[in-house]
Amino acid sequence: MVSERHSVQAKSVRRWSWVHTWSSLICTAFLLMLCITGLPLIFHDEIDDLLHESVPAAAVPAGTPAADLDKVVAAGMAHAPGEFLQFIIWDRDDPNVALLSVAKAPDAPSQNNRMPRVDLHTAKFLDAPDVTGRLTYFLLVLHSEMFAGLPGKLFLGLMGLLFAVAIISGVVVYAPAMRKLDFGTVRTRRTRIIRWLDLHNLLGAVTIVWALVVGFTGVVNTWADLVLRIWQSGQLTEMVGPFKGAAIPKNIVSVQKAAATAQEKLPSMTPSFIAYPGTAFTSTTHYAVFMRGNTPVTARLLQPVLIDARDGRFTDTRELPWYVTALLVSQPLHFGDYGGMPFKIVWALLDALTIAVLGSGLYLWVKRHKTVRRETRAPVGHTAKATVP
Amino acid sequence: MRRPPRSLSKIFMAPAVLGAMTTIGLIAALAGDGIWDVIGWLALGTPPAVAFWFLLRPTV
Repeated sequence: MVSERHSVQAKSVRRWSWVHTWSSLICTAFLLMLCITGLPLIFHDEIDDLLHESVPAAAVPAGTPAADLDKVVAAGMAHAPGEFLQFIIWDRDDPNVALLSVAKAPDAPSQNNRMPRVDLHTAKFLDAPDVTGRLTYFLLVLHSEMFAGLPGKLFLGLMGLLFAVAIISGVVVYAPAMRKLDFGTVRTRRTRIIRWLDLHNLLGAVTIVWALVVGFTGVVNTWADLVLRIWQSGQLTEMVGPFKGAAIPKNIVSVQKAAATAQEKLPSMTPSFIAYPGTAFTSTTHYAVFMRGNTPVTARLLQPVLIDARDGRFTDTRELPWYVTALLVSQPLHFGDYGGMPFKIVWALLDALTIAVLGSGLYLWVKRHKTVRRETRAPVGHTAKATVP
Repeated sequence: MRRPPRSLSKIFMAPAVLGAMTTIGLIAALAGDGIWDVIGWLALGTPPAVAFWFLLRPTV
């Protein structure tokens, strides 16, 4: 009876161990790339500041009123002749700066837009850096899509899901491995393979929750384009109603007026960005003023206010559906950029430990694989020598 | 040297506590600034601190 139960247990451990081995092996190369490129990306602001000059905005006392948005736009667009404004973005890292996202056409794809910066208080043009030439941009594109567009993104999402499977199966096989060991034991005097197994178990156990959270929120981020499309064909279409499909108007009302109307509708919120008619975040005939909350928690959550760009009239505002909110909440949890510099350093340490878990796991597989091969080739009398102690 | 196998609850006690610390750290820093960020650093910093303590302690 007892031995039968043991053999069932042993079988189930072998199965989980197989799941752990193969889910890890398939995703390890990509996860190593993600962890290694992700490490400098934690500090992308600091790296950009170090490597690239940027014109600072004027230092103003707190409470200084913002300049008229139309003047801000005019100042920026004077440096983008023949181009079209798609988004006005309030810089989250610098409350004195507006970023103007410009493209070759009002409804052109936005991912490679130029971003002239304008002082929000003086309405003076600052600069228009080419971010696509930056190291951080290269790392980000490699990290998020491996220069393979949406398919690359979704593929990395799949690798992220395998990573989650590897972590969960790793928790299951951790139990039998630790039955006779105290937590954190590293048997440094035993063979190298045992030392590495102990390291793998210790560092894996320490990083479980962080790796699951960062892994899964990364997977959610790979679905961002799909989430946007679902929102466009769902809530946005409902809000736009009969205006859907109309031509982009040649003359649009003052964006300052549109922003003021949105602010009147949601007085307790702050503008985060404004999408111009024809872009992916609004209809062809509306400004969408995306408002955000003012507390650390709600600052990540957005609510769009649609303003008819032809006459400036308010059209509709609704809270975003749960799947967009889930995406917005998952972003900080993936980037680790929400708790100041000490938080980023801890984030980097956890990332480095995860690299060690991946590396030690790969090492263990290679070593065991070799051992097994040697065993199967060796004459019967020699197998005992080749087995792992 | 020989001793009875440890129970599941004993095996998972330390990883569960570290997982709870991670969760507290992730949420605290998200919940607010100032003191919340400090709680975030300390709680999220515990798992790596524990890892380095075991890695760097005298060999067994």
